[in-house]
Amino acid sequence: MTKKLDTKGVSRRSILKGGAAVTGAALGSGAITGFPTIWAQNIKDVTLRQFGTGVSNLNEVAQKVKEDLGFTLEMTALDSDAVTQRAATQPDSFDIADIEYWICKKVWPTGNLQAMDTSKIKNYDKIVGIFKSGKLTPESVIAQGTAPHTVGFVDGPDGKSFAGEETGWMTLIPTIYNADTLGIRPDLIGRPIESWTELLNPEFKGKASILDISSIGIMDAAMVCEAMGEIQYGDKGNMTREEIDKTMAIFTEAKKNGQFRAFWKTFDESVNLMASGEVVIQSMWSPAITAVKSRGIPCVYQPLKEGYRSWGGGIGLSKSLSGLELEAAYEYINWYLDGWVGGFLMRQGYYSAVPETSKNHMDENEWGYWFEGKEATGDITSPFGDVLAKAGETRDGGSFYDRMGAVACWNAVMDENQYMVRKWNEFIAA
Amino acid sequence: MTDQTHLFIHKDTGAAPAKSRTPFSLSRLPDAVTGWLLSLPLALVLFFFLVLPIVMIVVVSFWGATEFSIYPAFQFDNYEFLLTSPVTYQVFFNTIKYALITWAFTLVIGFTVAYFLAFHVRTLTWQIVLFLLCTIPFWTSNIIRMISWIPFLGRNGIANSTLISMGVIDEPLDWLLFSDFSVILAFVHLYTLFMVVPIFNTMMRIDKSLIEAAYDNGASGLQTLTNVIIPLTKPGIMIGSIFVVTLVMGDFITVRFMSGSQSANVGRLISNDIALLQYPSAAATAVILLVTVLLVISILLRFVDIRKEL
Repeated sequence: MTKKLDTKGVSRRSILKGGAAVTGAALGSGAITGFPTIWAQNIKDVTLRQFGTGVSNLNEVAQKVKEDLGFTLEMTALDSDAVTQRAATQPDSFDIADIEYWICKKVWPTGNLQAMDTSKIKNYDKIVGIFKSGKLTPESVIAQGTAPHTVGFVDGPDGKSFAGEETGWMTLIPTIYNADTLGIRPDLIGRPIESWTELLNPEFKGKASILDISSIGIMDAAMVCEAMGEIQYGDKGNMTREEIDKTMAIFTEAKKNGQFRAFWKTFDESVNLMASGEVVIQSMWSPAITAVKSRGIPCVYQPLKEGYRSWGGGIGLSKSLSGLELEAAYEYINWYLDGWVGGFLMRQGYYSAVPETSKNHMDENEWGYWFEGKEATGDITSPFGDVLAKAGETRDGGSFYDRMGAVACWNAVMDENQYMVRKWNEFIAA
Repeated sequence: MTDQTHLFIHKDTGAAPAKSRTPFSLSRLPDAVTGWLLSLPLALVLFFFLVLPIVMIVVVSFWGATEFSIYPAFQFDNYEFLLTSPVTYQVFFNTIKYALITWAFTLVIGFTVAYFLAFHVRTLTWQIVLFLLCTIPFWTSNIIRMISWIPFLGRNGIANSTLISMGVIDEPLDWLLFSDFSVILAFVHLYTLFMVVPIFNTMMRIDKSLIEAAYDNGASGLQTLTNVIIPLTKPGIMIGSIFVVTLVMGDFITVRFMSGSQSANVGRLISNDIALLQYPSAAATAVILLVTVLLVISILLRFVDIRKEL
């Protein structure tokens, strides 16, 4: 008897569940609208799985999503290579891919992501020009490499190849980007550093480092070789075999002469190398500098006269996302661009794709310091509470327009990528 | 173990077992069938979890790859590139160099530790206590044990600051960290126990009266060691060597961390390929590595018949 009751209970519950799912699907497809209560109840059951690199996949964001939107966001932080692998080979293991634009070039052709309808993006018009036309200001020159706008659009919802201009269908919704340069230990160097050439300066023999992620490392190497006047590249982001050979030859020679102390692959490694004084000059990421500084060790994200090597990241949606989950994902994207996350990221030294909404979530001092390049009027703290700068200090590299306007190239995937990777392996093994 | 072996031999060659009256039992089946049935579970497990994956790897090693996908094909490109590239030889040379040096150090240290435990420590209690002491470092993970060397050996690390304060050196020694030295040091630290355990195990089974006999016949300590103990410990040494050599040849994370990514072994080559989605190329490298390791092991096995010695 008891058994029978149980079965009944279960089946009734499953019918209810099924009903909810049908309602959800109907809502998602846009067939029924105007049922906010049902929507609010259903969305609580939604779980979206997001993965990406450690820079933006932070638990604080997931918590805030739960508070503001009600659904659950599961975050997985991986390194750049693992991100590429997962996006390309395990399409069903995620709903939202937080990836970098240069990775998009590798991942989009696999068909694991779906294009996004920009008409559903509330703040689309406020997204900075870099991601739409490639130009920061109308006069800007578009930098070399895989500039985000070149892989940002496809022709339609099922488009396979990238479109040259805005089409209303985006591959990734831009979220975060920055201009990278060399990090230095001013206390151990004791003189001004102005050019990328300093990375191979014998003065820093055994105290220099670059990162061992080939697609990014080669760009840094190219910045150095070009600054040395050794090589004139057609496009640093799309080198010929000859250019790759020359670049790697210069770096291999430096390696054999003992220029490098170590190569790093993860964020933590770069922080430890710098903080322990093993290296005094290395390619580095902005929050890594922040991490070194928050240990009380002087570290500068040195602007260089040849300009910056830049990167951008965005959110992509899994092909298999549909119905209520898809609606929730759009909700999430709109929330993302609404400013809270932007403020959170900008306080770490990155830029938000929609700076003007982030402004609402930062105080005047923070906005002045991080975006406008003004002197801090009080202590500047990271989102985690560490003091990064005191009153009177200004940000390395100045304002948003100074920094992003001086981008020399974007992280890229070259046509000769496979050849480049082989050459890079030779360099590591040399 | 010996008894059991005899039993099997006897059963295989001996007369058919007596017929029992029970309607069905395994013993009514022909011996050959029983044997096959008994080995079936293990055979299946090995087939699905060892043979099949290896076959897959071999198959994929002939496939082609683009930037973002792999496609079935039968081409020799991966091998051609691998075998014609000077990097491959350099990296294999490096791998074997690490394996040999690590092997030599772990053997000497492992043998000494095992010898001490087996012959110098008198009571079983102390033997167990000291043996457990050896395993304490293994309570933490491989990576943690390895990474703990980095602050120790670093430019401003404990080793350098101690040496400087003792007046032995004026400048910090750079080669302590991010060098072949640190790689091998970490390997030896990580893998010596794999040498200690099998050697200790075989030493414990050496009949003590053999050593007494050698002593009674006037053999010196060294003679006892070389003529009695080492030959009798050979199986343990071989098993330990196989452990160490295969572990070192397959390890890539130690090389990456301890050399500061500045040197490469075959494992790193494979992990790089995988990271860049070049699965076929990674598979080809893996096949070559597998062949190399199997060759090394077959050479080792020529020196001693482990099955007989066990």
